[in-house]
Amino acid sequence: MVTGKVYKYGDNVDTDVIIPARYLNAPSPEELAKHCMEDIDPAFTAKVQPGDIIVGGANFGCGSSREHAPIAIRACGVSCVIAASFARIFYRNSINIGFPILECPEAAQAIQNGDEVSVDFATGVIRDDTTGQTFQAAAFPPFIQRIIENNGLLPYLKARMDAGEVE
Amino acid sequence: MGMTMTQKILAAHAGLESVRAGELIEAKLDLVLGNDVTTPVAVDVFDKAGFERVFDREKIAIVLDHYTPCKDIKSAELCATSRAFAKRFGITHFYDVGTVGIEHALLPEQGIVGPGELIVGADSHTCTYGALGAFSTGIGSTDMAAGMASGENWFKVPSAIQVVLKGKLQPYVSGKDVVLHLIGLIGVDGALYKSIEFTGPGVAELSMDDRFTIANMAIEAGGKNGIFPVDDITRAYLEGRFKRPYQVYEADPDAEYERVVEIDLSALRPTVSLPHLPSNTKTIDEAKGLPIQQAVIGSCTNGRISDLRAAAAILKGRKVAEGVRCIVIPATQEIYLQCVREGLAEIFIAAGCAVSTPTCGPCLGGHMGCLAEGERAVATTNRNFVGRMGHAKSEVVLASPAVAAASAVKGCLASPEDL
Repeated sequence: MVTGKVYKYGDNVDTDVIIPARYLNAPSPEELAKHCMEDIDPAFTAKVQPGDIIVGGANFGCGSSREHAPIAIRACGVSCVIAASFARIFYRNSINIGFPILECPEAAQAIQNGDEVSVDFATGVIRDDTTGQTFQAAAFPPFIQRIIENNGLLPYLKARMDAGEVE
Repeated sequence: MGMTMTQKILAAHAGLESVRAGELIEAKLDLVLGNDVTTPVAVDVFDKAGFERVFDREKIAIVLDHYTPCKDIKSAELCATSRAFAKRFGITHFYDVGTVGIEHALLPEQGIVGPGELIVGADSHTCTYGALGAFSTGIGSTDMAAGMASGENWFKVPSAIQVVLKGKLQPYVSGKDVVLHLIGLIGVDGALYKSIEFTGPGVAELSMDDRFTIANMAIEAGGKNGIFPVDDITRAYLEGRFKRPYQVYEADPDAEYERVVEIDLSALRPTVSLPHLPSNTKTIDEAKGLPIQQAVIGSCTNGRISDLRAAAAILKGRKVAEGVRCIVIPATQEIYLQCVREGLAEIFIAAGCAVSTPTCGPCLGGHMGCLAEGERAVATTNRNFVGRMGHAKSEVVLASPAVAAASAVKGCLASPEDL
């Protein structure tokens, strides 16, 4: 369960604005975090507090395959991203690094910038504490849940390979 | 229920008789690709997880194309990390400055990717190889690391959009205009999580380079992959390049498509995407006259020989307009050499263009042509997002090589027909 203040953006938030390519030459999470959302919200990194939540519209994370995008968002202290829909590579990358994202068009529409929101990852229930509204995000399939429980794809894969489940 | 071409390739690589849209599968990989931006992140997670071997050193490609020749010390360190990893595991398909080309032009040219294969790459434009009848898609660095360690990745089987092409392209209209038109029709998330399967009599009218350009930009409609059937044009391209036996897959007659889009190639005009989304398309007739300060001709989308021939045909005997910087980037060393031999390099230089060694450089605002505040470029690249080529208040207009070259001569968006 996480609770945080919402930073809300529109549709098609692309990975170039999440983390511009001019900063990809220094890929440590700490360096990437300094420039997160810089080209659409220059004040974001100064405002964001640990636990805060990003809410986006449709096609969040479109564009480049750079995993630096969810890494940068997580390194800022953001606890999760809620969007109407995600671009598929951003979606994979977030799951693969064990960063929680929730697809919920109703929540993405109703939640307003600055609202306090709580998310229960176990049930997928999103509660807007400012308005009292609750929303139900789609649950992850069991395979993806196991990746997230193992803190990402690589630790999960290594454990399975060590156990002889994968060649 | 029949399967799409994409679903058949996925089923075969998952060892399954059939798959359905929405099913989660684990499939074997024929190639795992990374570049100088994404490989170092993959190396980091690969090492941290404690892997000590790669699944097959001949099925991994590491291509140092984004910030090379290195633009600064940090980029040089990314390349050093990638280079050391390639050396440590004896990676066969490792390309460094001097042999490197832009990955999605290079791998098909060198015969490293072919029909029926399952290819993943830590670069979103990996979908390019669908032009050869492969299933090919972009992934992130953790997926790249997992692929290198195990030779497998997880996939959600996509549903599909069928794009039926008919007719024949008019002069000065190219594959770029086809794909920009398509993205304008269906939107930047019109094919989200889906395959785009191209079919119809118009396919035979498209050159291999046109098909690469079209498949390359499937991702700009949100697509998981774009794929073309294998025909005589594909086979002629593969001849002498691709040395392994290959399997040709065809969609079943009763394959299910969520949507069918028809495009009459004969009716298309040169098309551009205005800032700041690839779906913001206009015909050149609606957009011409908009001033530009830079033209970029190159990239994984449009840096192939036929693209450069189209640009040279416009620039021959003409000059780049005063106040415009025109940057021409052949996508691979082979294409560069061909440009020199055919006299295209001389045409570009005489016209006042800067001609660069292969690099992704300006497309992502990396180097070799970043924009200042308030500047606008016409580019044959693939994205015109906010800040894509430089300053957050600069602009990119996407266009074909012919339109970019004509615009460079006129100093504003222009049709080649108007010169």
